[in-house]
Amino acid sequence: MKRSTIKENHFSIWDRFHIDIPLMLGLLVLMGVGLVTIYSAGGQDMALIERQMVRLGIALGVMVVLAQVPPMAFRRLSIYAYGAGILMLIGVLVFGDVGKGAQRWLDLGFVRFQPSEAMKLAVPMMVAWYISKFTLPPHLPQILISFTLVFVPTILIAKQPDLGTSLLIASSGIFAIFLAGMSWRLITIVAGLGGAFLPIMWFFLMQDYQKQRVITFMNPESDPLGSGYHIIQSKIAIGSGGLEGKGWLQGTQSQLEFLPERHTDFIFAVFSEEFGLTGVLILLAIYLFIIVRGLMLAVRAQNAYSKLLAGSITLTFFVYVFVNMGMVSGILPVVGVPLPLVSYGGTSMVTLLAGFGILMGIGTQKRLLSR
Amino acid sequence: MPIKRQTIRDHTAEANLFARRAVIAGLIVILLLAMVVSNLYYLQVKHFDDYQTRSNGNRIKVLPIAPNRGLIYDRNGVLLAENRPVYSLEIVPEQVDNLDDTLSQLQTLMGITDEEVEDFRQALRRQRRFKPVALRSRLSEEEVARFASRSHRFPGASIEARLARYYPYQDTLTHALGYVSKINKKDLQKIQVAGQEANYAATYDIGKLGIEKYHEDILHGKVGYQQVEVNSQGRIIRTLDVEPPTPGRDIVLNIDIRLQLAAQEALKEQRGTVIISSALTGGILAMYSNPGYDPNLFVHGISSKNYSALLNSPDRPLINRATQGQYPPASTVKPLLGLLGLETNTVTQEYTIKDTGQYRLPNVTHVWRDWRKWGHGDVDLAKAIEVSCDTYFYELAYEMGIDKISDYMSEFGFGDYTGIDLYEESDANLPSRGWKQARFNQPWYIGDTIAVGIGQGYWTITPIQLIHATNALVNYGARFVPQILQGYRNADGQLTPEQLKFLRPIEIVNQDNWDAVQHAMYEVVNGEYGGARFAFAKTPYISAGKTGTAQLFSVAQGEEYDAEKVDERLRDNAMYVGYAPYDKPEITVAVVLENAGGGSKNAAPIARQMMDAYFRLYQPELFASQSANNGEPGH
Repeated sequence: MKRSTIKENHFSIWDRFHIDIPLMLGLLVLMGVGLVTIYSAGGQDMALIERQMVRLGIALGVMVVLAQVPPMAFRRLSIYAYGAGILMLIGVLVFGDVGKGAQRWLDLGFVRFQPSEAMKLAVPMMVAWYISKFTLPPHLPQILISFTLVFVPTILIAKQPDLGTSLLIASSGIFAIFLAGMSWRLITIVAGLGGAFLPIMWFFLMQDYQKQRVITFMNPESDPLGSGYHIIQSKIAIGSGGLEGKGWLQGTQSQLEFLPERHTDFIFAVFSEEFGLTGVLILLAIYLFIIVRGLMLAVRAQNAYSKLLAGSITLTFFVYVFVNMGMVSGILPVVGVPLPLVSYGGTSMVTLLAGFGILMGIGTQKRLLSR
Repeated sequence: MPIKRQTIRDHTAEANLFARRAVIAGLIVILLLAMVVSNLYYLQVKHFDDYQTRSNGNRIKVLPIAPNRGLIYDRNGVLLAENRPVYSLEIVPEQVDNLDDTLSQLQTLMGITDEEVEDFRQALRRQRRFKPVALRSRLSEEEVARFASRSHRFPGASIEARLARYYPYQDTLTHALGYVSKINKKDLQKIQVAGQEANYAATYDIGKLGIEKYHEDILHGKVGYQQVEVNSQGRIIRTLDVEPPTPGRDIVLNIDIRLQLAAQEALKEQRGTVIISSALTGGILAMYSNPGYDPNLFVHGISSKNYSALLNSPDRPLINRATQGQYPPASTVKPLLGLLGLETNTVTQEYTIKDTGQYRLPNVTHVWRDWRKWGHGDVDLAKAIEVSCDTYFYELAYEMGIDKISDYMSEFGFGDYTGIDLYEESDANLPSRGWKQARFNQPWYIGDTIAVGIGQGYWTITPIQLIHATNALVNYGARFVPQILQGYRNADGQLTPEQLKFLRPIEIVNQDNWDAVQHAMYEVVNGEYGGARFAFAKTPYISAGKTGTAQLFSVAQGEEYDAEKVDERLRDNAMYVGYAPYDKPEITVAVVLENAGGGSKNAAPIARQMMDAYFRLYQPELFASQSANNGEPGH
């Protein structure tokens, strides 16, 4: 039945290079939206656009290269990537460079490297590898071990401290466990435990500045010129955009610099201000399209490892979108998560497109591997 | 068993399980995105108005624009107060490449002192880098020119102009015109109480004295607004809307600056005051108080050295002697006392006394002396006024008593503010029994009344009260407030005249009495024995008046007043009040010269100069015929 589709027998140039056309189109449109918004948010600075385009080019290159790698190669790599990642995270905590008050970078002499970024892929790979060794759905011992595999790096990254990345990594692993078919009874219990874990996080794991962010999130008007300033200005930007927006380059909150972090984490506020709810709905449609396409590729993948990895990559992409929009519009605390493929910035861009490369590889190579 | 289950994998079941979970995940994704959308709907649609308002509040600032102050003209359209640009050298710090370098070069070029640079640096710290900071204010024309020709060498430095008040007549008109100066804390409180904060938001100066203060409302105008867009640092990006200010109205005074100058010239160094008013309206044609000072000193902030010099000067230049000077009226009020005597039937026009130069009361040892040691012989009221006989008025005052005098004189406005359009006015003192009891806790003595009878004792007046009372006399009891303001110009240049303010008129018992008193004043100037006959000799117009010589120093019983022996500041004040023409009065003139001696000899000639000046200007034909007559002495 599967083999009877036209596409199965039709080898296009894109298939040869393992590029999934719908996914690729969705990503490119998103990048275009990103460039247009960065141009406005960055004060019409062409140099900024050029730098972002170089990054996009590099990231797309990484994506295309990874798309060529057979998924089974990743499967074999999983445990080494994860092990190396854990070692580097420990290395960062011991030797790491301090940037912006957090230890995130590891200087290997020839390159400055952010191990937490690599872990965004290594953790789902590891969990997928471990769970797929057994039949699905996983049983309690496997689930407990899987959670351990997730939370060791999560806690190491939260210690750096980098709340946003640890959140993304935790969710990527948990998604793999969820997709593997963890029973609803266990899910309820884990959710309960997670709830119990929150106070532990608050009192033992979170740094003062992270706590401040949460307090600000609860009541930004308590300190309108201090820690609440970002979120208040951001909400004003979004709200004043209205249904139709103020128009490209016409957003007063962004153009007159009332909005902080305009072209990076808060770019969604600029977009909402200038393009309004209408523009936001279109943007969300693009994101939804990419996510649905990603899930489709995951469902169609040939084996459990590929399914779990593809599903986890796709859902983690969604977490980026949801957390970023949530924090910028004031329904989530401000944690440093960019709007994927739209925010200005390099590191997360490469990781994201690397993930999509793996996804495309899984989506397009299934035929070749299945026979 | 479990191992077996692991080895035999049901791939279809696993795929179905994964697909179900993927669909659930997809649904959760859609659910969460719906949450995001509903929140955005809440922000962007439901609360759009709130956030739009807050966004505009962020970016739109409303800046007030000061209205230009109305100009002040004299009755003939001569400019008395104008707005002139004053220049300051300002620097916008962020536009300067090397601030230290620029400053030191400007120091050399403009001779700017180290203190000024230090002040500038202080101000710099309190300002945003894109806001201009003044390095030197009030540049001279020469300094402006010197900088302008080299301004290209100083990017970021520029000359800025602001309009400030300038009084071209300087110390000639200070007391009447007043001045404006920088709004201080006290002014600000008054502005707040009046609810005028918004209107004064951009205003720099406010009227502090004189007409400038009294008619502040007319002169100030209405503030305008400029809506600008600012960025988060407060830098102005562009102007969105301008609502221009409404300039203050130009006002026209009753003052004739030529008469004012004539008064200044006549007084020279003499401390004192001259007032010329219209007898028809009470409008003030000239009001000069000597010494004066230059009001322009105050406009830009007077130095404390200059100010304390003015404040501590024994000549008291800050006082407006015309409205604040309190002087014994002396003989200038004898016509009014005489009128009271006639109106109350205390005396008749025919009633005559025998003046021996001394007045005694039964059972009182004190002797009141006439200014003329040997007296004036037979004296009726007309003669008493003409020769200024004291004895007649001692007796008259004794007969009338203080109560009648006090009541009647208050009807003429003594002891009260005339209501002239200056805040600098004193009510002086019209004594009464009640006043003395309250003031000194002493009963009124008969001797007090007799002193009041010749305008001495506790009685003090201001020169403007004297003018006001004399206007009431020549207008047969009609009273109006003396006013400096003639009116204000409308936007189309038309003059809206200030309304006359009438006060309660004085009741006439018998108009014949009023004529008699006026005629007696005519005799003062024109009669055979009149006290002002020499001063007013050969005027081409006919005037009437009354001299006065006010004693400031009590001569002990049995001693004689000798000016040489008395401290200069205790010498007699010379006074004169008069009007002209006699038959149809146009102007009233009052002169008070402090410590100048006798009124006939000193004050009357000044009054004549003033009347001459008036008629030369307004009826020059009178003088033309006179010079023609004088041209033929042999005729």
